[in-house]
Amino acid sequence: MSRLVTIEMTVNGKAVSLAVDPGKTLLEVLRQDLLLTGTKAGCEAGECGACTVLLDGQPVASCLVPAAAAHGGSVETVEGLAGADGALDAVQAALVREGAVQCGFCTPGIAMSAVALLRETRHPTEAAIREALAGNLCRCTGYARVVRAVNAAAEEVEP
Amino acid sequence: MKTVGTRVTRQDAAAKATGQAKYVDDIQPSGAIHVATARARVPHARIKGIDVDLARSAPGVVAVLTAADVPGRNLVPLVVNDYPFLADGEVRFVGQAVALIAADTPEQARRAAAAVRVETEACDAVFDAREALRPGAPVVHAPDNAFRRFHVLKGDPDGAFASLCDVVVERTFETDHQVHVYLETQGMVAEPDGRGGVVVTGSMQCPYYVLSAVCAATGLARNMVHVVQSETGGGFGGKEDVPSIVAAHAALVCQRTGRAVKVIYDREEDFTSMSKRHPGWARVRYGATRDGKLVACDVEYVINGGAYVTLSPIVLWRGTVHAAGPYEIPNVRIESVAAATNTVPCGAFRGFGQPQVAFGQESCLDELARELGMDPAELRRRNVLHLGSTTSTGQEIRESCGLSAALETVLEASSWAARRPSLEGQTGTVRRGLGVAVGYYGVGLGAGGKALDRAHAFIQIEADGSVRVAVGTTEMGQGARSEMAQIAADTLSAPLEAVQVLTADTTRVPDSGPTVASRTTIASGKAVMKAAVPLRQCIEGAARRLLGGEPVADGGMLRCGDRSISFADAVAACYAERQPMSSVGQWVSPETSFGENGQGDAYIVYSYIATVAEVEVDLELGTTRVLDIWSAIDVGKAVNPDQVEAQIEGGSVQATGYALMERLSLRRGVIENPNLSSYIIPTTLDVPRIHAFFVEDPYSGGPFGAKGFGEVPMIGTPAAIANAVAHALGARPPALPITPERVLEVRR
Repeated sequence: MSRLVTIEMTVNGKAVSLAVDPGKTLLEVLRQDLLLTGTKAGCEAGECGACTVLLDGQPVASCLVPAAAAHGGSVETVEGLAGADGALDAVQAALVREGAVQCGFCTPGIAMSAVALLRETRHPTEAAIREALAGNLCRCTGYARVVRAVNAAAEEVEP
Repeated sequence: MKTVGTRVTRQDAAAKATGQAKYVDDIQPSGAIHVATARARVPHARIKGIDVDLARSAPGVVAVLTAADVPGRNLVPLVVNDYPFLADGEVRFVGQAVALIAADTPEQARRAAAAVRVETEACDAVFDAREALRPGAPVVHAPDNAFRRFHVLKGDPDGAFASLCDVVVERTFETDHQVHVYLETQGMVAEPDGRGGVVVTGSMQCPYYVLSAVCAATGLARNMVHVVQSETGGGFGGKEDVPSIVAAHAALVCQRTGRAVKVIYDREEDFTSMSKRHPGWARVRYGATRDGKLVACDVEYVINGGAYVTLSPIVLWRGTVHAAGPYEIPNVRIESVAAATNTVPCGAFRGFGQPQVAFGQESCLDELARELGMDPAELRRRNVLHLGSTTSTGQEIRESCGLSAALETVLEASSWAARRPSLEGQTGTVRRGLGVAVGYYGVGLGAGGKALDRAHAFIQIEADGSVRVAVGTTEMGQGARSEMAQIAADTLSAPLEAVQVLTADTTRVPDSGPTVASRTTIASGKAVMKAAVPLRQCIEGAARRLLGGEPVADGGMLRCGDRSISFADAVAACYAERQPMSSVGQWVSPETSFGENGQGDAYIVYSYIATVAEVEVDLELGTTRVLDIWSAIDVGKAVNPDQVEAQIEGGSVQATGYALMERLSLRRGVIENPNLSSYIIPTTLDVPRIHAFFVEDPYSGGPFGAKGFGEVPMIGTPAAIANAVAHALGARPPALPITPERVLEVRR
């Protein structure tokens, strides 16, 4: 067992401090240490996007980020999107409404990529939506409803 | 108001979008040990010895198991039982499981697995299906490497080719492996149940296959094994039979150690060891009269089954039955064979043996159109199956045949008649092409899987008016759970939100047969209806007494004139009257047959597809983009139109990957690109505009007229894309995927 390092970060707005194996990725810490299993492991090589979370507002493949690199940072996961009352975020609600969820394994990662996009660009073009989601593989939907849902969520965001 | 036919929101969507849904790796039993698998590194060898001493003494290791440690029968129960859970005396493909190593952490298990030494004596190996079938080839499957052969003969094809055809065209075609790339890799958790049995939870399509496999391996009785399906992150056939292996491995370690056990494959292990779509080879010959009437068809079809039989016989059977295409042809011969090679065993993948030969057969039909000087859509229009037609197995189509309607739908939507001629005579380096293809798909297991083709369902109405529905078919992303809820709600006259369909769990849901062959809608749907009917009669009786007249169901209420009661009120009355509020329904497939010369009613009913694709090909770079796909499927009845369109959209994109991009590279049986950066599937930037349509020609044997169709997009669509590429190039691509290299080769 290697020496543990202490990392401090905020996860979904809450401050956390934990001692972790420095070899662990952010994905492993989220899923194993913090039991936030909404973030999925699809390839653990940064190829599929299922593990996408926001680190300081930017979408990252958490399977490629050493946990220690999140020290001092702010992490947002799919569990942090819905309101305290359980109300879905606009992107989540649109994914559900538009029928963009099938097996659902890629959905949390897609939601995070889309949220990051809409924070940066309130009314993205379809091309910009496709670009923002290009790193999120989905094998079920063919993406049509996913793109439509993100577009619909953008329409709802107050200017 | 009925929910069937309306665009209701899927019941499982919100839990998935919020990350609450539990997939197998999200289950974290305390104190669980983790399993890694030591695998064969050579394609064909006798095992002289397995040295596990180093592995056993590695840090954190709890147990090491080999074939000698399997207390039950070391063979996966399936069509033919030849595939050992752990290699016994021989390895037949690179990646075959040899030993299981359980350790405190996944990393420790992986390290120890790498320390397992297998002493082998190499045998000659063969990798190509047609080479394996030649006399003198290394023997993988005794005596001649043929897992199974089929033969269909209708009419007199030799006589017809010799004397009745004005034009005859013959071509050969090949297709590569395709990898499922379900986003969630294979995984299982096994836990002791505290009474000597085991609970196995994981990602799967067929819980009762897993049950049989765990019992075979462990020697436990069926009532001592409890199988639970976790939320399943995609299947596409890849979680039909192979989860049986993963589950048996987990259960064996659990039985040996008495500990909770987790087996989660990483992406590379999943690529290397799990099933694939069979590579196919087909020689297709069509003969027609000058006016474009098909007279004869002759197909020779070979698939590469890999190292063990697994599902190859029934994959081959389905491909054989459909090999001549969805046409009325009086004279047909089809000869087919599934070959054994020293490659990873191939199995079920959406379309199940049909997409390979459909590509060849639909490509060849386009060549026939060219020879005839006829528009390829017109040639199809003159020959497609309609009511009263007979298929190549001599089956008369008696109902529910919407192929002509599907074809006309996509021809009109794509403006085929104007668009196709407008693309003639292009001269630039970037050229457009428009292609069409049609297909059909026998729904359910048919005569090839008759013994399994039945389903059971339980329904229990609780005292508060909420409803539990239990069926043994599973949700893997396709929307079946939500669809079953609609069928139950409408049959019971219950509000949709009152109905919950249970997760598949062998202690609570009956065996409804496997979740394969696009069979859930008809098989489980009908079983649910049959379970619901007697309950509805009780509820209507109670409502009649309460309302003083005949009740009419309306949006979860029961009305009579201006009086109404809720479904829950009627249920409460039934409980007060001590009426039975649970029921069992059973569906058994109507008779099917496949007799002498492959003649008979092969399937209970067919679904049909027509697709038009427009592509743009860069003649210098060889790259192809699919711009638009117009696809129409005859589904009998769309239970949820949103989900029907979603299946067409998703299937069209899988078909696009299969047609153009997805190439698994094998060298002497070693998969060289076992990852998603070198095995490329479509992203948001690679997909065409998809125009999804459905046709509803109802099937009297289906729930509300519905037929299954989930696999159908894989049948016609790759061929339509290939035909569009051929149109753009003015030359015929003989193989899928049509990579840039292959485009440049065809141009030369």
